[in-house]
Amino acid sequence: MRIALRRHSVLPGFGLTMGFTLMYLGLVVLIPLAALFLKSAGVGWEHFWSAAWNPRVVASYKLSFGASLAGAAINAVFGLVVAWVLVRYTFPGKAIFDAMVDLPFALPTAVSGITLTSLYAPQGWIGSRLAAMGIPVAYTPLGIVVALTFIGLPFVVRTLQPAIEDLEPELEEAAASLGATRLQTFLRVILPTILPALLTGFAMSFARGLGEYGSVVFISANLPMKTEITPLLIVTKLEEHDTVGACAIAVVMLSASFAILLLINLIQWWSRRHREA
Amino acid sequence: MSEAAIRIPSAAQARSHAAITEPRLVRWALIGVALVFLGLFLVVPLVAVFAQALAKGLAVYGQSLVTRDSLAAIRLTLLVAVLVVPLNTVFGVAAAWAISKFEFVGKQLLITLIDLPFSVSPVISGLIFILLFGRNGWLGPWLAAHDYKVIFALPGIVLATLFVTFPFVARELIPLMQAQGTEEEEAARVLGAGGWQTFRRVTLPNIKWGLLYGVILANGRAMGEFGAVSVVSGHIRGQTNTMPLHVEILYNEYNLVAAFSVASLLASLALVTLVLKAVLQWKVARQLALAADAGGMKP
Repeated sequence: MRIALRRHSVLPGFGLTMGFTLMYLGLVVLIPLAALFLKSAGVGWEHFWSAAWNPRVVASYKLSFGASLAGAAINAVFGLVVAWVLVRYTFPGKAIFDAMVDLPFALPTAVSGITLTSLYAPQGWIGSRLAAMGIPVAYTPLGIVVALTFIGLPFVVRTLQPAIEDLEPELEEAAASLGATRLQTFLRVILPTILPALLTGFAMSFARGLGEYGSVVFISANLPMKTEITPLLIVTKLEEHDTVGACAIAVVMLSASFAILLLINLIQWWSRRHREA
Repeated sequence: MSEAAIRIPSAAQARSHAAITEPRLVRWALIGVALVFLGLFLVVPLVAVFAQALAKGLAVYGQSLVTRDSLAAIRLTLLVAVLVVPLNTVFGVAAAWAISKFEFVGKQLLITLIDLPFSVSPVISGLIFILLFGRNGWLGPWLAAHDYKVIFALPGIVLATLFVTFPFVARELIPLMQAQGTEEEEAARVLGAGGWQTFRRVTLPNIKWGLLYGVILANGRAMGEFGAVSVVSGHIRGQTNTMPLHVEILYNEYNLVAAFSVASLLASLALVTLVLKAVLQWKVARQLALAADAGGMKP
């Protein structure tokens, strides 16, 4: 007996398109990624451990995690306000602002990097004003947070917008007619409903920040132990011909990214089940 | 009395309207906060790119674009996009056809694997190709013996760009084609159309805007990729420098006007991408609504 791995269809081309898809996926994505894990597995546990967890590397993990978390948190707050305003209110220029939310996606990261740096440098348009108040931004960890906020903004806004559009006005009306103030309605009815989308956007913004390179290397001073992000350390190791060191750090970073990916899927699965219940 | 009876529903209406929006002052405050945030993070940087590029006038701007190295960088970037985008487009269409028109085991896993490059840091996307093709990589000795150059040459840049733009077309087409279903193609087959004919005359018109949308996004990323390409390119001026890498070199040489001039070309590309994206998104939404209407009219 033959076990059916796919349902019969009158449409042609399954073998051809599926074969090509799997071959291309394997050649371009899976084999190269497998090379990374095989290379790291081949170096021995102790060597791997000392390369992935020495003090300079750990300092970069702390900086990358901390700055990405801060950027994602800023985006969660302001992204919520932006998404809410874009969905619920009308004001002149709304369509243009809505389209511009994708700018950080579309703008090449090197361009974002040099532009943010020139703006926030001590003599820049924004940086000079902040420097006068005693807040240096460019070449400090704060500058990295600014770059990662810029990069992560679209993720939060674009995941929240459909969730806010799907809110049922009846629920808000019911809450109001039962005597809830608008703030209570927001905190107890609206926020719990859009929370999965908010968390997903936060996690996506965080994940993007962890791996970001181009926009950060310009605005950061790139000093070891102080302002050196993890992706930059990988590049430094490669330039020093320390492939094993680069691979070990890359495996740790990639594991963190995949863990976040899994978390995002769990949030969405949980919210789908929650809505169906 | 009748007057009061009339007023009750209107008062209730007013209250129910007030119930799903905020007081005017709060609305203005929120709009203000959103606009200041977007202004600071999106509008000011965009203006700054062009302001810095034109800081010394149009003549200097033009001159910094037509230097030998800048022109070489522009040519290389266009060449990489011309090689990468069609390959990933063919893949995207094939993958979307297999995934949306057939039922098979492991479909969700396949979709997850296709999305994988999005969660890989650009730097790691370059690193993996060095592990395969670099001097000490798996294929390095063989490549060196046959005098092929992959890393620090065009093939490496193309491979890294293929990797980072891999999911774009597929991920736009899969949900669109899944929503459109298989009925129209099945009808075409029953009426005697061949496979290729069915795709070209039935499927392609249905997906053209979504396809173009995916191509635009892939192209934007292919021309703008920095991290992955930076790792594999070797930064050889006039040879393996793409536009984003050239921006970096000029910036690090403190040649700010030239750096921002080349950057302004990339920013213009981003603006064109945004405009096309807005237009195409609207077209795709309309096509989906049409498909839903047609589905609703069937008995």
